[in-house]
Amino acid sequence: MAVARQQDVGYDYVSDQAAASQWLSSLTPTPLPPPLTVESINPKVIKCEYAVRGAIAIRAQVLQQQLIADPGSLPFDEVVQCNIGNPQGLNQKPITYFREVVSLCDHPDLLGKPQVHELFSADAIRRAHRIIDCLTGRSTGAYSDSQGVKACREDVAAGISARDGFPASPDDIFLTDGASPGVHMVMQLLLRSEKDGILCPIPQYPLYSASIALHGGTLVPYYLDEESQWGLEITELKQQLHTARSAGINVRALVVINPGNPTGQVLSEENQRRVLQFVRDEGLILLADEVYQENIYEAGKKFHSFKKVSRAMGIGEKDLALISYHSISKGYYGECGRRGGYMEVTGFSKEVREQMLKLASVNLCSNVSGQILMSLVMKPPKAGEESYENFIKERDGILSSLARRAKVLTEGMNKLEGVTCNKAEGAMYVFPRLRFPEKVLKVAAAAKVAPDLFYTQRLLEATGIVMVPGSGFRQVPGTWHVRCTILPSEDKLPGVISRLSTFHQKFMDEFRD
Amino acid sequence: MAHKVMDPDSLNANVKKTVYAVRGELYLRASELQKEGKKIIFTNVGNPHALGQKPLTFPRQVMALCQAPFLMDDPHVGLLFPSDAIARAKKYLAMNTGGVGAYSDSRGVPGVRQEVADFILERDGHPSDPETIFLTDGASKGVQQVLNALIRNEKDGILVPIPQYPLYSATITLLGGTLVPYYLSEEANWGLDVTELRKSIIAARRKGITVRGLVFINPGNPTGQCLSETNLRDLIELCIKERLVLMADEVYQQNIYQDERPFISAKKVLMDMGRPTSSALELISFHSVSKGFVGECGQRGGYFEMTNFHPQTVDELYKVASISLSPNVNGQILMGLMVKPPRPGDVSYPLYAAESQAILKSLRARAHIMTDGFNDCQNIVCNFTEGAMYSFPQVKLPKAAISAAQKAGKTPDVFYCLRLLEATGISTVPGSGFGQKDGTFHIRTTILPAEKDMPKIMESFKKFNEDFMRQFADSNTITSRL
Repeated sequence: MAVARQQDVGYDYVSDQAAASQWLSSLTPTPLPPPLTVESINPKVIKCEYAVRGAIAIRAQVLQQQLIADPGSLPFDEVVQCNIGNPQGLNQKPITYFREVVSLCDHPDLLGKPQVHELFSADAIRRAHRIIDCLTGRSTGAYSDSQGVKACREDVAAGISARDGFPASPDDIFLTDGASPGVHMVMQLLLRSEKDGILCPIPQYPLYSASIALHGGTLVPYYLDEESQWGLEITELKQQLHTARSAGINVRALVVINPGNPTGQVLSEENQRRVLQFVRDEGLILLADEVYQENIYEAGKKFHSFKKVSRAMGIGEKDLALISYHSISKGYYGECGRRGGYMEVTGFSKEVREQMLKLASVNLCSNVSGQILMSLVMKPPKAGEESYENFIKERDGILSSLARRAKVLTEGMNKLEGVTCNKAEGAMYVFPRLRFPEKVLKVAAAAKVAPDLFYTQRLLEATGIVMVPGSGFRQVPGTWHVRCTILPSEDKLPGVISRLSTFHQKFMDEFRD
Repeated sequence: MAHKVMDPDSLNANVKKTVYAVRGELYLRASELQKEGKKIIFTNVGNPHALGQKPLTFPRQVMALCQAPFLMDDPHVGLLFPSDAIARAKKYLAMNTGGVGAYSDSRGVPGVRQEVADFILERDGHPSDPETIFLTDGASKGVQQVLNALIRNEKDGILVPIPQYPLYSATITLLGGTLVPYYLSEEANWGLDVTELRKSIIAARRKGITVRGLVFINPGNPTGQCLSETNLRDLIELCIKERLVLMADEVYQQNIYQDERPFISAKKVLMDMGRPTSSALELISFHSVSKGFVGECGQRGGYFEMTNFHPQTVDELYKVASISLSPNVNGQILMGLMVKPPRPGDVSYPLYAAESQAILKSLRARAHIMTDGFNDCQNIVCNFTEGAMYSFPQVKLPKAAISAAQKAGKTPDVFYCLRLLEATGISTVPGSGFGQKDGTFHIRTTILPAEKDMPKIMESFKKFNEDFMRQFADSNTITSRL
């Protein structure tokens, strides 16, 4: 998995180091530990994998450079990154109101100038004033509270309450650089050795497998049922839990991604109630990854937070340890590059909360602009405010476009030979199942790669389309999938689907039994 | 549920062992008092904007434009933003597809990494490869990633200066490694002594520790000392001989308050030594937008540069970085702006130069005010803050105070700092949070309160100190000694 290295400084690592090594041995005849190589690096680092930006993505970067340096040298005009949920990287526009507010917060001098009213909407100006008043030192450049700016947490808590109809406390909110650091923190707290396990859905977003590996724990898989629209069966949960415990694993938590990634399914409330019952009965912590809560495309499906469902069942803090994750990276706002998110932590003892705060403090705080954006997402413009109409227009435009693209891409996938694709009820991906002829399996085995990786490699070289092989997310053994985002813009999507179809046909023709 | 799954007893023990005093007991107590309405002066953390330092205008203008690119479509934009800020914003927006809202390369936007490489070349006179530069959400993230790669188990040790910035001790504990201390010499102006380092290495190895890395902080935190070229050469030669990765925390490189020892980077010294030496050391250098004169702590921007790292190791670090997808793009842009500021001839240059020079001049003045103020006190000895942002005076505590502290179940310097906080609202960090020679007590405060507020704060401190010493006066003058 070698990275393309620039050689423009005339530096040849190999010969350089050979000379250095010789000199070193002359200095110290007694053998000393080698420099930091893969043999002497922390093995947990070696063990963890993250396919979303793995080999395929790295090769795609190389091809992208090649297209710039030598246009026309490849059988395609552009590399289309369908490997990563990065909406604004594929032309989605940010929400104007949100950007107005953070722009003003980052440069409050503007507020003192008369021209500001020509360039910024009145409610954005008011909101910026309000936020700046609450910032440490009145600046986004000061470290905030380690849990995050209090006023931002208050807005987040208010947003949760409004969404769920059940109260939320700002003291339960930790604002983080994206949702991912919050996941890492919990893994660090929970995993003492490889005897500690975390139940994760298969297929899963590989942050979980990577984080568990990095922290030296064990991933305990539970399989979602592809035949029933990636259904989450309690019997499956119970069985996997039992198997793990019999093997001496102390299973500590259950991860549920809702809406699912890569699978896109939106859980029914009834399903969620059964999950909550299970978690209670087995004494597990529930980690609810809900970052796609605003990406719901299937008619009749609705997002219900686990917090809400639990409270509606009468399950309170005394009975359920729950961590709910959200992010500014997805939804209709797609602010991936800003790094904003939160975890809402309920049902933990004071001592444990102190440990969490301590961990958060070592890094001082998450970036303040990201914190502000998170609070804006949870407390967007209201009816009657100046930006409201435009905000709704932008939001609904993006969401309806995503819904259309989800449908179009699913249909496109289902037309391919040997491919079946469940509906993307939510999130940002399609995760079709590919059935390969025997020949493919043989050729891939000979090349020592998984068949779905083989497919995505061929796809990339032929069309410039970047997808992630299903093996990066794990899948039922013997099945093969690819994950493709629904994010190429609506005008580009037909072209992407057509190039994919042409490639797929040729591929199947080449390897047909 | 009768028992809690996440019982305090069933947490990762390394987490429980971890201490980070900068936001520890004193800070928590100060926050409590603040909630009760008491006026607190937070000098516990190097957080310039929190104490009234203003952000520099040019970087904020560029950031505002990058966040709201639609502003540049408006005919009025020239009334609010100078042309060079607009040009620069356009340049950055073109560097990352999708602007600030899109994930960048996991190592950071290539264009910004090139700017960092250019800066390093200009600073040191030696070329830098952008492929070995990773941008991070603050320098701390980079430190954590590197230590995570280095520490395999409790037998792996990292040399850390005492006193140190407790990010190092906290991270080593969290990762299950061993901190191998080497003591800086307070009498020699917090000097670094290679003999001391060698002793620490030998002692650690006798205990079965594999020493893998050496951290040094230059300028020092909390100690402020600026290392000489000789110091740096000694460190380099030692690390080569003992096969250690050298970790150079250089985040305060722009905060220099004396002229005898200007900042010189470890990379420059290494490269100046020429081959084969310059190829024989694995060096990693850290920088940040949180300090200097921009002081943009809340934006979380930083980088590390790897020199002589094995390409596969670089790949592994890249892989770990990619799990978090990318550092925040705003912070990356800020790093670019910091390393490539307006130049003479640019529209924004005069203002930028004036703002930055004023801040540095004032920091230098405050370094003196604080050092002198502490040294005025009979029981306090304070080395001059040659660099960084802190004052780290040694407070000699009378026996009676030490007993009182023990009775209250507190370390003596914690006791002193709590009393100081209650009496004056000044929130400091006790020296025990950074490590110190046994039997000595220190406090760390920042030099960041506004210059106009400094005299009053020092007065307030002196009064407290006199009252404290009077309260706990010894019958003879035995106090703590080095």
